[in-house]
Order: sequence, then structure tokens, then C-alpha cells
Amino acid sequence: MAARLAGKTMSEAAEPEMPTHALNAGKPAAPMVRLSAVSKSYWRGGEQLTVLNNLSLEVAAGDFIALMGPSGSGKSTLLNLVAGIDRADTGQVEVAGVDLATLDEGALADWRAANVGFIFQFYNLLPVLNAIENVELPLLLTGLHADARRTRARQVLGLVGLADRLDHRPGELSGGQQQRVAIARAVVADPRLIVADEPTGDLDRAAGADVLALLGRLNEGLGTTILMVTHDQHAARAARRVLTLDKGVLVDSAGG
Amino acid sequence: MLPVRSLPAMHALRNLRARWVTSLLTAGGMALVVFVFTAIRMVGAGIEATLVATGEADNLFIISDGAETEVQSTLARDQASIVMARPEVARDQAGRPLASRELVVLISLPQRDGARPANVTLRGMEAQGRTLRPRVRLLAGRWFNPGAAEVVTGRSIAARFDGAGLGETLRFAGRDWRVTGVVDGGGTAFDSEVWGDLDAFMQAWRREAYSLTLMRLASPGPEAAFRRILASDPRLRIDVQSEAEFYARQSRSVRLFFDVLGWVLSLVFSLAAIIGAMLTMYASVAARTAEVGTLRAMGFRRDAIFLSFLVESLALGSIGGVVGVLAAALLGFVSVSTLNWQTFSEISFRLTITSEIATSAILFAVVMGLLGGALPALRAARLDILAALRAS
Ligand SMILES: Nc1ncnc2c1ncn2[C@@H]1O[C@H](COP(=O)(O)OP(=O)(O)OP(=O)(O)O)[C@@H](O)[C@H]1O
Ligand SMILES: [Mg+2]
Repeated sequence: MAARLAGKTMSEAAEPEMPTHALNAGKPAAPMVRLSAVSKSYWRGGEQLTVLNNLSLEVAAGDFIALMGPSGSGKSTLLNLVAGIDRADTGQVEVAGVDLATLDEGALADWRAANVGFIFQFYNLLPVLNAIENVELPLLLTGLHADARRTRARQVLGLVGLADRLDHRPGELSGGQQQRVAIARAVVADPRLIVADEPTGDLDRAAGADVLALLGRLNEGLGTTILMVTHDQHAARAARRVLTLDKGVLVDSAGG
Repeated sequence: MLPVRSLPAMHALRNLRARWVTSLLTAGGMALVVFVFTAIRMVGAGIEATLVATGEADNLFIISDGAETEVQSTLARDQASIVMARPEVARDQAGRPLASRELVVLISLPQRDGARPANVTLRGMEAQGRTLRPRVRLLAGRWFNPGAAEVVTGRSIAARFDGAGLGETLRFAGRDWRVTGVVDGGGTAFDSEVWGDLDAFMQAWRREAYSLTLMRLASPGPEAAFRRILASDPRLRIDVQSEAEFYARQSRSVRLFFDVLGWVLSLVFSLAAIIGAMLTMYASVAARTAEVGTLRAMGFRRDAIFLSFLVESLALGSIGGVVGVLAAALLGFVSVSTLNWQTFSEISFRLTITSEIATSAILFAVVMGLLGGALPALRAARLDILAALRAS
């Protein structure tokens, strides 16, 4: 798993106009994620609820971050901003050199397809598709032809240890297996960034440990930057760096 | 790029299969509408096919000017004689003109099953009338004799009307008529007629004029020229047309009626089917909200989501359409009888499906699917990513 898979070409096929690769090539130390003075608030019954207030953060390429903090502190909100499925009110969200505010809805969708892999607490697999079809989904957005998609999806399912479960539907898999399919789906298009919102939240300890080990290997082997929200100290230990968000303030602590 | 960036249709079909009971009920509702639509229009097409098949392309049909039907037409004896004497008229080996002067009368006859009496077309003809209609074959018995009170009945008449069977007796025009034979009209309107001898009929009804003259030209082709010659004769106020054309025209308003009836009824019923499809699709969107959020997060655009749900309801419509058309096509094996109100006589026919009817029926169903699916698909496409993801 030392070498990256054929993914580079896939990202390029999907987003030929994206300048990020060129930018990165020049300065490898550039942060993968840079939040500058980001604020986000919600209006609830005429009252403004500020979730993120003037928050700044840098995440280096290849880092594995565990984001912790009490419920309602804004962890998911922060993750969604970085993943490009939510927008900041003020401030700048830059990922791999791209200011997400400059992208319109469609361009942002294409950008996500090329750059972000999602892992959800409840796996969010499509129940009518089997494992390999679920993993193939992101590849539909790459312009890769059917044979190559199939081959690639099979390969990645092998990496997560599910080579013998290719044609199982989600309903025929355990929670841990489903989350591994979801991880395969998140990495299959070779994103720069993986965002995971409580990926072990619905799993027992052993299955959770499997998932964390897998994320660790992806981070080390593929160099994928991972941003993971978790409530679990064990989970946090898998990360290189732990950030705690509380009352709008980010506190850095060394990771496991 | 669109086909690659959209979700595969297979995904939509799998979703239909996953909710197969609902899918079946929804498609079934649309199938029912399509069935009604197809069946009604098949009636019109069946009548049309029967009437169109009735006319021989080579036969010329001469009726009085302005008459819409045979019964309305009166052709005086001298008018008929002038026409038959024309040199353009074909002749048989014995030198007699290949033409048949005919009297057509509508009478009401009692039906066998005790149902209310129905109108039957009676046709008095000359011997050449049979020669000019080669597709009409004697099934049983023998032809009527000239001058005798004898008739042959079309097989549909023989089966349905009291006293119309072989060897039985029909009573009309104040006398009894022996049924000496039953004929097979070969799926034409002649299956629903009673034929007898021209002179016997003229006497029985004390008629002085015929209804029409059916004839053939010596060399087919100069029909237009023949028509002009006859039209230029001031003694003749007649209308010359091909027999095929005449019968085709007889069916036009009937066909139109059933087409309009089919469309109107189906449009009304389709409202229910469309609402059914809409409810099904709204439920589908609600059940898969988190899925939509997931796909959108992955990078699928709104139009891909819209298309995916639309394909699903289009599939429902197509399935309904095909099932409805196939079920209606089975009606093609049924032979029925109804009043052709253009001629006010009974006509028996087979429900007939045409490719135009089948195509428009399936299209109708597809449009139902489209209409039922459009709003739910729009709702799915307009979901906010975060709100959709929270539904998990
Ligand atoms: N769409 C919304 N409308 C109004 N308020 C919202 C909305 N989304 C989030 N919030 C509020 O923003 C705050 C932060 O929410 P967020 O989901 O980011 O918290 P979190 O740290 O992920 O919490 P948890 O650990 O429970 O998942 C909460 O108080 C929440 O109620
Ligand atoms: Mg959260």
C-alpha cells in the first residue's frame, strides 16, 4: 500500500481545470486545510446562535486530526465547512489552495467529487446496491469507464479486507463491515482529504478499532489527510493530532 | 459527460424492486388506465378495420349524389341503366355487365337471447353482386334462387338473430323468407348482413328505385375519367367512388368517437394514476432523503438526483404502459357486435390493436410517469445537503 493507486489520473480526469496539483507541486509544505477567521452562526427564532466565531486552523497535508469537544460545540459544522457541504458566513476556507467561496454550487460539487471522501457515523451506504456497486459510486463522477471502475472498486474493497463480500448488500453486512465499505467508497476516487464524522460512533470497540486502524493505514500509506470528529478517547489516540473545540475555541493537543 | 455523471438507471430499477409491492400497485394503477385507453380505441379501430376490409379496391360504388349511406341513396332505374350500358363497364364471358344493382334496407329483427331487437342490413342483389365480392364464401347450405323468397345470412347474423340460422325462417316485408345458406364475410361488414335476390326484395317492399350500383371497370385505372364522363351527364345526379373508399368513410366518425372517448376517459382516470405515482414517489424521496444527501456530498449534482427519481417514475409508467397494452391486446381475441350509428345497423367486429394505438398508449403511460414523478424528483433535487444528511 506504499504507492498511491491509479487515483491521481482519476482526479485529473474529473477536474482538469483544477490548479491545485500544480500549486502543491511547488510547495509541498503548504497546508491542506487553512481556515482563516471563520465564523458561522444560525438563526433560531429571531436569535442568533454563533457556533464558530472567528476561528482559524491549519491542517498540514498528510495529517490525521481528531476533532473532539462537547456536543453542540460545532465539530460537525467545522467539518462540513472544510468538506465543502456548508459555507462560512465570514472568513476564508481554503483546501489545497482553493478558496471554496470562489466555487459556485456546481463547481463545488465537482470539487468535492475530486477532492473529498466522506465517512458517516451511520455508513450511509445505498441499501439497494451491493458492496462493490456502492464503492463504484464516486467513480461515476470521474469519467473512468466501467471496466476500470469495477477493477478499481474491487481493488479498494480488497484493501479494506472485504474481497469476499463484493456482492453483499449493506443489509447483509455487519456494522463494522459496512463502515469498511464506506471507507472504501471514501477513498476509491483517491481524494486529498477524508472527513469522518464519528466514524466509530455506531460500532462496538473491536469493530471501531478495525476502522481506526484502517484509517491510520490510509493516512500513512496513501498520505491522505484525515479530519475525524469523535467523542471517543480511544479513537482520538489513532490520530496524529487532537483538536478540541469548546465554546468556539480550538485547543491543540498532541495526538497518539 | 451527462450519462457518466448521472446515476445509472439500474439504481432506479433496484429501488423499484426494493419497494415492489408499492411499485406494483402504482404501475398497476397506470396499467389500468392504459388498458381502458387501449381497449376503447381498439373498438374504434376494430370497426374501422372491418369496414375498410369490406370494400374491394377495384369495385366502383355508385350512389345518388349527396347520400352518406347506402340506405339514404336512391338510384332510379333509368339512371342505373345508363351507367350499366357504358362501354367502360367490364363484362363477363356471356357479355353481361359486371355490375349489380342493389337495394339496401334496414330492418329491426329480434335477437336470439331475448335482447331488444336490433337493426340489420338487408341487401337485395343481382347474381353479379356475388362475383364482385369474391371474399364472401358460402359456409353452409346454398345461395338464394332468383325471384324466390329466400335469403342467406352472414355468420354473425345467423348466430345472433332469431330465425336467421340455416333452414330457419325470417319474417320481414310482410312475408316469410327461408334461410337457405349462411355465408362467411371474411371479417367484413358482410358478416352482419342478410342477402337476397334483388327482384324479390324490390317486389316485397314495392320499391321503384335501387339504392346503388356496384360495378367494375373493364380496365382498372381510368376511374377518374369514367367519373368525369358520368358527372358530365345531366341525367345522372350520382356519386361515383371506390367501394373501399366508401366503406372507409363509413367508419370515420365511429373511429373518431372511440378515439375521443378513449382519450377523454383516460385523461380523467389518469389523474388518479398520476396522483398515485406522485404519492409513491414522494414517499420514495422521503425514505431516501439521507441517500440524496450522501450522493450530493459525494459530488452528484442536483440534476443527477432529479434525473434518478424521474427515471424511477418513468420506469413505473413504462411498466404500467406495457402491461396495460399487453392486457388490452388480449381483447383482440374477442369478437363483439355493436351498433354502427353512422349506418344505424349492427356490425360485428374484432377489437383491433394498431401500432399507433399501442405506441400512443405506452407514451401516455410514460407521460403519466413523467407528470407523477416530476414534482417529487424536484423536491429531491432541491433538498439541502446538510438537511438531507441529518435525516439519517
Ligand atoms: N441547521 C441548523 N439550524 C440551527 N442550528 C443548527 C443547525 N445546525 C447546527 N446547529 C446548531 O449548531 C450547533 C453546533 O452543531 P454541530 O452539529 O456542529 O455540533 P457538534 O459539535 O457536531 O455536536 P455533536 O457532538 O452532538 O454532533 C448546535 O448547537 C446546533 O444546535
Ligand atoms: Mg456532530
